Amino acid sequence: MSAEKNSQQSAIELTQHDMTDGNIGLHYEENLLWEKERADHPGVDLPEPQNLALRTGGKPRGDIGLPQVSEPQALRHFVRMSTWNYSIDHGFFPLGSCTMKHNPRLNEKLARLPGFAHIHPMQDESTVQGALAVMHDLQHWLAELTNLPGVCLSPAAGAHGELAGMMTIRRAHEQKGENKKRRIVLTPDSAHGTNPATATTCGYEVRNMPTKENGMLTVAAFKEALYKTDPDGADIAAMMVTNPNTCGLFEKDMVEIADLLHEAGAYFYCDGANFNALVGKVRPGDFGVDVMHINLHKTFSTPHGGGGPGSGPICCTEELAKYMPVPTVIKQGDVYKLETEGDRPETLGRLKGYHGQFGMHVRALSYMLSHGADGLQRVSEDAVLNANYILASLKDDYHAPFAHQGPCMHEALLTDKIQKENGVTTLDIAKALVEHGFHPMTVYFPIHIAGTMLIEPTETESKDSIDRFITVMKDIANGAKAGKADEFHSYPQSTPRKRLDEVKAARQPVLRWR
Amino acid sequence: MRYLPQTENSRKAMLDTCGYEEVNDLYRDVPKQAFVNGLVDLPLHKGELEVERYMGAYANENRAAVDGPFFLGAGTYYHHIPSSVDYIIQRSEFLTAYTPYQPEIAQGTLQAIFEYQTFIAQLTGQDIANASLYDGATAMTEAALMALRVTKRKKIVLGNAVHPDYKSVLDSYMWNFDGEIEIGQGQIDDQTACVIVQSPDFYGQPHKYDALRQQCDENGALLVVVVNEIVSLGILEPPEVADIVCGEAQSIGLPMSYGGPHLGFFACKEKYMRQMPGRLCGMTEDADGKRGFVLTLSTREQHIRRDKATSNICTNQGLCALAFTVHMSLLGEDGFKRLARLNHEAACRLADALEAVNGVKLENQTFFNEFVVCLPKEASSVAQALSDKGVIAGLALDNNRLLVAATEMTTDADIAAFAKVLSEVL
Repeated sequence: MSAEKNSQQSAIELTQHDMTDGNIGLHYEENLLWEKERADHPGVDLPEPQNLALRTGGKPRGDIGLPQVSEPQALRHFVRMSTWNYSIDHGFFPLGSCTMKHNPRLNEKLARLPGFAHIHPMQDESTVQGALAVMHDLQHWLAELTNLPGVCLSPAAGAHGELAGMMTIRRAHEQKGENKKRRIVLTPDSAHGTNPATATTCGYEVRNMPTKENGMLTVAAFKEALYKTDPDGADIAAMMVTNPNTCGLFEKDMVEIADLLHEAGAYFYCDGANFNALVGKVRPGDFGVDVMHINLHKTFSTPHGGGGPGSGPICCTEELAKYMPVPTVIKQGDVYKLETEGDRPETLGRLKGYHGQFGMHVRALSYMLSHGADGLQRVSEDAVLNANYILASLKDDYHAPFAHQGPCMHEALLTDKIQKENGVTTLDIAKALVEHGFHPMTVYFPIHIAGTMLIEPTETESKDSIDRFITVMKDIANGAKAGKADEFHSYPQSTPRKRLDEVKAARQPVLRWR
Repeated sequence: MRYLPQTENSRKAMLDTCGYEEVNDLYRDVPKQAFVNGLVDLPLHKGELEVERYMGAYANENRAAVDGPFFLGAGTYYHHIPSSVDYIIQRSEFLTAYTPYQPEIAQGTLQAIFEYQTFIAQLTGQDIANASLYDGATAMTEAALMALRVTKRKKIVLGNAVHPDYKSVLDSYMWNFDGEIEIGQGQIDDQTACVIVQSPDFYGQPHKYDALRQQCDENGALLVVVVNEIVSLGILEPPEVADIVCGEAQSIGLPMSYGGPHLGFFACKEKYMRQMPGRLCGMTEDADGKRGFVLTLSTREQHIRRDKATSNICTNQGLCALAFTVHMSLLGEDGFKRLARLNHEAACRLADALEAVNGVKLENQTFFNEFVVCLPKEASSVAQALSDKGVIAGLALDNNRLLVAATEMTTDADIAAFAKVLSEVL
């Protein structure tokens, strides 16, 4: 018995220590392309042009130092690397504020139709009427869902949409001759980091508004910020607010706040990152929003792709529509047309080459058509119900700062306040989730509350899937209570890499292979 | 409803756990006036087949490059994409992952970005590159903004003909500075933050940088080189002397897709590392000392720095950068250069064929895969007439000038058709 045990042990030791390639079972190692032996032939077969006399005005380029591998080597390289990634197709991905929902493959298929993939942005409009129709339809769906009639699809991502929206506001103030005196943008302390960064990019000064114990912006705090340096708020350009906010709560005084803001002559920019809570159910144009961006890669499921491409169209009121960036698509009779600077001279101009991330427009429209008005409403309802179920199930195991107040929207906010007493932090909890086969929630955001964990389940999880997550979260809380802090600090153990040294990466940056 | 897994039973059970009667109770903080009564005024859900029919009809209304002779370039190019590229980028692990904030379960994305950064640095002859930006136009604008930060000056000089959309985007961003930033043409002086040159320029002409480098050094300005046909770097001398090289890399791995998503790239000298915009991936090691990768130098970024960030950007074009990286790995050193030669050769054949048409003159002395021809008639009407006869001829510029491009996709038959139809309409 004991001899058998010893031989098993030595077999394991052999695997882990004596094999030099580092592969263990389905954990693959894979070196960099530049570390592979240079193949004689590349992974594509191209003909060599004959009798080419250069007309470039220079000598042909010398050795670049690029690697060279055959097609099977290249394919295997990326497939092996892919196995190191967690994705929404693997499992639950409750990353708050990011809306990691199912990405239908139909949308991928349609974006690859030759009539969409192989058309050029400067083709004559008569040859791309179908593409313009897609954009026009998408504008219509977004206008209807937000009740904001002006839509510009060109922004490339959420932050780019913020910039487009804030510059639209800036342009409106400029046209009214008020740009010089309106220099301040109000943001709550719970705002996404992009909000103040965007306001600064537009040349504005940022004024912070503290949120209260209930996680919301109050009329009193808002008034204090609005009238702080001018009794009429005449130096305020805009307010940037995410609603539902980054604590997962709907700002219940929003209408009153928006009315006061409008009385002062300023505009309400809504960060649309959390639109999944509202889609088909609540329309931002009806709670005072003047302009907002929509993350097509969140609410409308164009995939996140490991960090882009995103797409961040903006929607705005009739009043602001003329100032939006160009181009937008208009319909004249039966003909679709790109509206450019010549057609809309009040525009702030162009913020991106061509017309936006058109491939994402195709995917988003395909997703909207699949869901329809009825399905999209269900998206909102299930997203909100799932988050509330998580909150109700975990509020006794974790500190849930706002759970006593009532329901949340599509995100549940917890903190590590209880676990921290036993030396287990939010980071440890996140890494423990990784060890248990989950992608963690968003951690340490929002930043104005200590040790936050923002959980966004989305509507595409079943109750079974959510129950498994809840069980693991309870196990983690119990583990923390049992004083297993050291064990937590060592997580994750079973991933292709253990905790990575981020300090070393920043102190001695190595940004490329040499 | 096929994307929604919850059942009526599970919804009921979950509401019970939460202590609510119906789902609308969860929206109690929403003002009545913003609540949709019934449904929004949009069509009801459709099955996959219906959606395919609806969207397929739109796709069929477009004249695609695959449908016939095609010579349009002007910053977006029609190239071949190996099938392995599209297979890899559609793998769930890459397609449906998030930005790699949890590096232990995102090493695939991170190593791919590291390889992408290396490819871009090598191609541009620069020290380092970022993880990508939205597109060439915004990359050029970010380069200008970076030059303003580095030099603390307020004048940007455009050294030659950059893509008109790039110029428009630059103008729009600079408008935020209330007229403090001057954008001029030509002369570099001691107030100049940077001079921006595109090569090949919008009219297809490759440029050299030595004289400009000297003028920049004399005046303390940065030299920014914009490349919007990245395949050209397989045959032209690399802009090593530049401080920043940026532009558009759509040509490697990405379809034209009516202008996006494309791939903005950004490379620079190492000394400007901490002034760079966008995401950066860096090498490090894990708790066992094994090599691994993380997003790094994020203290430049909005989620840390908020109103003091170098830029408000929080994403790159991750999947597009992956497509580029896969395509580059397949091309390798020999394939990439051969692709560049094939493009140049196709353009030489096209130039010869068009010049042989009566009254047509080649404007460029030199070119890579794109050039301007002068026609004896107004270019836009000629392009329209050619389009009516099935040839997408290129971009009509002012008056009689037509900008045309050829790539490895251009066949002898395409060129013959272009020349024939052109001689008919002139």
